[in-house]
Formats: sequence, structure tokens, C-alpha cells
Amino acid sequence: MPQVSLTVNGKTSTVEVEGRTLLVELLREKLGLTGTHVGCDTSQCGACVVHVNGASVKACTMLALQAEGAQVITIEGLAAADGTLHPMQEMFREHHALQCGFCTPGMVMSAIDLVQTHPQGITEDEIRHGLEGNLCRCTGYHNIVKAIAAAWPIMHGKQVPLAAE
Amino acid sequence: MNAAFQGIGASVRRTEDRRFVSGNGHYTDDMNRHGQLHAIIKRSDRPHARILGIDKTAALAAPGVVAIYTGEDMQADGVGGLPCGWGVKNKDGSPMAEPAHPVLAIGKARHVGDPIAVVIAATRQQARDAAELLVIDMAALPGIAHVRDAIAPGAATVHDDVPGNVCYDWHIGDKDATDAAFARAAHVVKLDLLNNRLVPNAMEPRCAIGEYDRSGGEYTLTTTSQNPHVIRLLMGAFVLHLPEHKLRVVAPDVGGGFGSKIYHYAEEAIVTWAAGKLGVPVKWTSDRSEAFMSDAHGRDHDSTAEMAVDAEGHFLALRVRTIANMGAYLSTFAAAVPTYLYATLLAGVYKTPAIYAEVKAVFTNTVPVDAYRGAGRPEAAFLLERLVDVVARETGIDRVELRRRNFIPADAYPYQTPVALEYDSGNHLKTLEGALKASDWAGFPARRAAARAKGKLRGIGMSTYLEACGIAPSKVAGALGARAGLYEVANIRIHPTGSVSVFTGTHSHGQGHETTFAQLVSDQLGIPFSQIEIVHGDTSKIPFGMGTYGSRSLAVGGSAMVKAADKIIAKGKKIAAFLMEASVEDIEFKDGKFSVAGTDRSKTIGEIAFCAYVPHNYPIEELEPGLDETAFYDPKNFTYPGGCHICEVEIDMDVGTTEVVRFTAVDDFGRIINPMIVAGQVQGGIAQGIGQALLENAVYDDQAQLVSGSYMDYTMPRAHDIPGVAISDEGTLCTHNPLGAKGCGEAGAIGSPPAVINAVVDALSEFGVRHIDMPASSQKIWSIIQSSRLPMAAE
Ligand code: FES
Ligand code: FES
Repeated sequence: MPQVSLTVNGKTSTVEVEGRTLLVELLREKLGLTGTHVGCDTSQCGACVVHVNGASVKACTMLALQAEGAQVITIEGLAAADGTLHPMQEMFREHHALQCGFCTPGMVMSAIDLVQTHPQGITEDEIRHGLEGNLCRCTGYHNIVKAIAAAWPIMHGKQVPLAAE
Repeated sequence: MNAAFQGIGASVRRTEDRRFVSGNGHYTDDMNRHGQLHAIIKRSDRPHARILGIDKTAALAAPGVVAIYTGEDMQADGVGGLPCGWGVKNKDGSPMAEPAHPVLAIGKARHVGDPIAVVIAATRQQARDAAELLVIDMAALPGIAHVRDAIAPGAATVHDDVPGNVCYDWHIGDKDATDAAFARAAHVVKLDLLNNRLVPNAMEPRCAIGEYDRSGGEYTLTTTSQNPHVIRLLMGAFVLHLPEHKLRVVAPDVGGGFGSKIYHYAEEAIVTWAAGKLGVPVKWTSDRSEAFMSDAHGRDHDSTAEMAVDAEGHFLALRVRTIANMGAYLSTFAAAVPTYLYATLLAGVYKTPAIYAEVKAVFTNTVPVDAYRGAGRPEAAFLLERLVDVVARETGIDRVELRRRNFIPADAYPYQTPVALEYDSGNHLKTLEGALKASDWAGFPARRAAARAKGKLRGIGMSTYLEACGIAPSKVAGALGARAGLYEVANIRIHPTGSVSVFTGTHSHGQGHETTFAQLVSDQLGIPFSQIEIVHGDTSKIPFGMGTYGSRSLAVGGSAMVKAADKIIAKGKKIAAFLMEASVEDIEFKDGKFSVAGTDRSKTIGEIAFCAYVPHNYPIEELEPGLDETAFYDPKNFTYPGGCHICEVEIDMDVGTTEVVRFTAVDDFGRIINPMIVAGQVQGGIAQGIGQALLENAVYDDQAQLVSGSYMDYTMPRAHDIPGVAISDEGTLCTHNPLGAKGCGEAGAIGSPPAVINAVVDALSEFGVRHIDMPASSQKIWSIIQSSRLPMAAE
């Protein structure tokens, strides 16, 4: 069986996988990182979003072998070693942006990418359209939008909250 | 309110969130058992077909395959069919048709997705590969998808023992009084409407792990369920014939349910039984596409509604005929949904004196239909609130005024409706006036004109809904056909050093029970919120329970907790009286302290607990040690949440797309424990209601092939489809439970669809549109606008 070597949340592993194994299967089944979820089989729900080399990727759209040499961050890799949550995780909690929590890992990973790729500020509309690839059945999205707007100034070291009310 | 306050009424941030935002949730599919095998279900790709033979040879020879079982294999081993939890009677008193529902199809496949065989292999991929090699010889039969086709003369028969495909033909209300009122009405307004079929789509696909422990002969099922005790009861008693003490059912973190995870599904029985057969754990996880064809669907009603109205616009009578789609088999609570959860709600908030409803439930070659967020009440609210708007239009009475004129007045409570229910409380005028103000209803004409100037059609619509939660009491429900009790159970265990474990028979799959219930118990016992843990979802820990559905958890499960807390306090008083040498009658309990009335002597509940577990100085002659109490609570009635939803839409005239631009909800949920969580439930429920009204539709073609079988074809609401809702509360307390709570989980999905469609019809009023069926898709709306433009196009 072919092998793939990759670094996930700072830890390098070499794993045997079938050619058809998806990155999300490798994370969940081989590395036991079950925070990354699988919500669909058509790459539309976004429950599986992780960061690969700094950009958000649906881990169900990528073969494990394509991650050779990649730096991968999953939801388990966000909090600091002492357990301090990432500002986006903290804002999701503060703004009640999750109910069942199943979409949450993918939402948080997408949201971080969204904030990072909008260094000049982000509008409510940009947040809503930026979440195009993430489905949530519980929250009705509004609190997720609020959480992301609230995380923006913290992540960019600004005082003034921007955009969405 | 000070920052530290965490009792009733505080928006405490949720306890469960830390594990969910960190990826540390424990959902069923996150768990793997030592030595487990994987199951793949081979399903029918035909809507309706005879199964002539199944050839396992090639599949059994495939790598990793351990076993393949068919329906006949399971039946031969004594496995029973899936039971229905509610029996409805026909008009003539005879029982409904209840055809066999084998765990795996026997003889015939009756819908796309009907499970036919299970392939069990070392890995999921191997099981999937082998399932491809399984040869199933099938002879196609004509498929039926739609209810009118099912009852047409000469229609194919879904179950050979149910000719005509009618499950039941049921009615409620006074036919003669209704007909008489119609005969003398000044106006009769008639409306045909469809309530579109929906796929629940909880984001977590279903999953089940079966285990068997040879040493004690015990089975464990870990499953994505809203009610583990109900699954244990149904699967143990009817399907696998196992006694409760040999069957443990665990429902860990569950990623949303919305009703679809109430039912006992075939896969739960298959993995549990197969684990016993093979002596190793067996795991099955659904794909999303598989979920589309195997999770129970929702709604799917075809109705005709008529309102008789006098010259002043007073409703005289309502007559309703509904055909409800049951799908191919009766799911666990399917029979109750279009009857006792639907037709009993047809009075709504109106004092209509006579109501008569007939409901025919029919079998088709589609996925079984059962409760989906709201379960019957959204269908009732949609029918009634659409009809009221049409009455307003056709009598020329303003739609707000027409509602005011027909409301049950606040001083008429308790109010007996003509369709069985007795409402305990409510104030519909108050929620209406609150919503009119909050939505700036009066300012709408200016907003419409401004939209028109941008080339957009703007409409406004409302619904003044009422629903029923916490289905009860057990005795009444039993007389109406329920085959289970409808109480709830709570066990409060104060530990020796004062922390508390609360065991509840309800289940949280997004509702935030670990927070809300801890607030409730903290309030009752005066023990800090952080010292209280809520335990749910495991039949080996919790005494019993009926689970979470029908927005019952607070009104029923919370009431059981209050009763258990009362028992704790009663026992604590006896201990305190002994310790402080006072009489029990003189002991008062407040804020976690037992004090002797009129003195400064007191003992904290922590001191009392310690004394109860270390009974050195204790009334041991009269009182058992320990501080651990259980209560069962059987409600006296349903609770009746209600409110007013107001929706404003803008329609793009060129492409027909509808944007919900404003949404206002003013609700009456009775006592609220955590306003943040309640608002979250409302926003989420309204998102599902907007989804139903504008986007979602489970489409079958005329041969009953499922056309919308994945997220490629089924439109889920996304972030830019759903606005932030302006949410407020005008509560009246429930009069018959100790909390005064009514429930809030489903209301959003009940009140919103008619508000949205009323707004869409309002926006399109200049095109002569009287009604539009859900979903009001851009294609439908574009066609309406285009057809009115045709003469211009022809120029
Ligand atoms: S699992 Fe749904 S997008 Fe990846
Ligand atoms: S919180 Fe349940 S799907 Fe988003």
C-alpha cells in the first residue's frame, strides 16, 4: 500500500493508505482526529473543512496521497497548548453560534480562513457569501455570522468591531 | 441582573460548547470498537419491485467479507418487524391497516432505499465493494409516489394485504354542525394546498454500533437517537426479543435530529443482531445520499380547506380534507402525525365554533414519512394561516382586523376547541400587537414603494400560529392510540461533598440541556451552576425516559426535575430539623439553605448532603441515608405555545428570486430559562421554515424514483438565504406544570412557512396570484411574472 507523510497539528506522521483514501478518512480513521466531520458525499456541507498549507480545504475533496508533505491544521490543533481557545472558537461560544456542534469544526475552520483572507475588514454580506460552502441545519446561521464578525477585530488586533451587528 | 447570575432567566453560555468548538465531541461515528466489522446496507434502487432471488456467491468471495444477511436470514432467526408506536382507528372504529415492516425487505422492495441485504466486512470499503457484487434479481412493478395516484382506481398495490393503499380513513369534529354552518354562511372560501415533502437533513448522518458481550449475554447499541429508552423498548420487545436488562442503548453526542432520529430504524436492529451472531462489534454509518432515501421524511399533505364566514367576517365553520403520505411503511410515530398532531390543531388561535376534518393516510412507494420539526402542527398552521389570508382578500376585510375579530380572547381561557384540545393559556392579541409594532407593519407601504423604485416587488405577510407541545397525558394519549407512556423521568443525585448529577430521560442533540437543566436545578436547590452535571443518553445510567421530541424537554422533563428537587428539599428538611432540633414544619428552604423560621440558625444543602451520606449524627431510625431522589412526571395536558411571525420579502422581477428581507417573531413560550438558547431555537426553526417555504422539496418522479437525492438536487438553506430574525417574547405562563413552561423547539418551523408564503403572495398580488404552493421557487415565481408579461413580449 502507498504511504503518505504529512504534518498534522505540528506532528509528522507517515501512514499507509489506499490510493482512494480521502484526506478526511486519513484524519478520522488513521490519526483518530475525529473533530473533522463528514456530513455529505457530494462535497457540499463543509463539515470536513481543515487547513492545508494555510488555506481552508474540504478534506473530503482531496485524496490523502495529495497531502504528501503538507502542513495540515484541524479543529483539534487550534487551541493553545494550555487549552486557551482560538478567538474564533471563543466567539462561537460567546455568540451561541452552535447548537448540535456537528457543523462547528468545519464552520470554525472556514471562518478563520475567511477572516484571514479579509485583512481590510469584512462585511456581513461577505461573511454570508463566504459561508456558501458550509451547511448548518441548527442555528439559522445568524449567530455564526455574528461570531465571525466579532472574531475579526480580535484576530487582526483591532479594537473596533466591524460589519455585522 | 449581575454577571454571576446563572439561574432561571440568565443567558448562560453553554457548558457543552467547549468540547464542540474544540473537536472533542463524541458522536457515534467518532467511536470505534476493538475488532469491529463494518456493515454496508444494500438498498433497492427501484421504487417497487418483486425480489426474485439474491445471489451472494460473488460478494461472499470478495476480500474481507465476513457475512451477508438478507431479510429471510433474519426472519428465520426469529427477528421481528419494526413496530409502529401509534394505532389510529378508521371512521367506523376499525383499526388502521398495519402491514408488515421487515427489517430487511422480504419478497418485495417498496421504495428507493428499501434495505434488502447487509454486507459485513473487515473495512467499510471492502463491505462497499462487496455490496456491488451482490446480485439481486428484481422484477419491476409500477411505482406510486403521490397520494392522489395511490388512491386512484386501478393503482398498483404497495402492500398486497392493503388493497387500495389506504392506511386509515379518519375524522374528527362535528360534521353536521359544520355542514349546517356552511349552509347559512355569507361567504365560503375554498383553498387547495400542498404541504411539500421535506428531508430532515440533520447534519450528522445516522450511525449505529452493535456490540455483544458473551460473558453476560449483554448487547449494547450506540446510536444516533433522540430517545434511547424508546429504542431499547421497541427493539427489545418487538424486533430482537431481548429483555431490557440485557440491552443497553447509548445515544452520545448527536448532531441534530429534528424528529428524524426519534424512530427505531432497521440499521439499529441489524448491527445489534449481527454483533450477536458474529460475536464482534458491527458498525454502520450512513452516507448523505443514503440518508436521503432512508431517514424518515416529513410533511407531504394534499389538502382542501374551506372556511364558512358570516357577513361581518366571523368564522362560522372550517372543513378540511387531507390526504397524508405515509410512504411505503409505517414509521414509529407516523400514524399520529396527520391526526392527533395535525387535525386537533386546526382551530389555531380562532374561536371557530364548528370544525370537521377528514384525513386519509395512504401508502406509496416512497421513504416512510414521520414527524419532522413541528410534526403535523406546521401542516395545520400553514393550511389555516393561508386560508385566513385568502378569506381576508375575498371578503375585503383587512387581514390583521380579520384575525383580531376571530381570536380566542385572552379571558376565554381555558378554552375548549371543537377538535378535542383544551388550551390552558395564551394572549394572541398581545403577541400580534407586539409583532405589528416590532416589524413596523404600519411603515410597510413606504418600504414597498422604495423597493418598487429599485425594480423589486415587496410583500409582507403574517401568521398568528398556535401549536401543542409535550404531548400528554399518558392516559388520554393511550385512549387515542399511543402505545407508550408520555411522562418524563428525572433523578437528582446530590453527592456526599455537595456536587450534583442530574439524570434525565430527555436527550440533547443541539438544545443545550446540559446548560438549561443545570440552571433549573441550580435555581431549585441553590447549588452553584458549576457544581451540577446533566447526564442523558444512556439506558444504563438513567432510570427511564421517553426522550426529546415535540418540544417536550423543559415542560415535561424539566417538570420531572422540579418534582425530584422537591423530594430532595423535603428530605433535607427532615435532616435539618433533626440537626437543629426544630420541628420539620419550622424549616424553610431558600437559596440552598435550610433555616429554622424566625432564627438565624441554618444549614447549607452541602452540610445536609454530607450528613446524609456520613450519617453519624442522623435520624437513622426514621430516615434512610443518602440524598438521591427520582421523580416521574406525567403532564396534565399539552402546552400551547404560540405567537405572531411577520415576514417581508423582496422579489427580483427579472429572475424571480425571493429574498427574505425582514423577519419578526413575537412568541409566547411561557417561562424561559435561558433566553439566548431560546432565541437560537427560534432562529434555527425559522431557517427551516424559510427553507420549506422557498427552497426545499423532496421530489419524486411519477414512477416514484427519488429525483432530489443529494445536496446536488435538494436545496438546503445557506447563510445568505436566512436573515437575522428580530425575536422577542410576550409570554403567558402555562397553568398546569410547575415551571409554567411551554416549549420553544419547533415553533419557528411552525409559524414561519405561512408568514413567508403570505408575504410572497402579497408581493405578487398585482399578478392576480391567490396562492402559491411551497417551495415558492424562483422558477415558479419567474413563470408567474413572465406569463403576465407575455402580451408585451409578443409585441
Ligand atoms: S463532508 Fe461534506 S463537504 Fe466534505
Ligand atoms: S450546529 Fe448543528 S448543524 Fe450547525
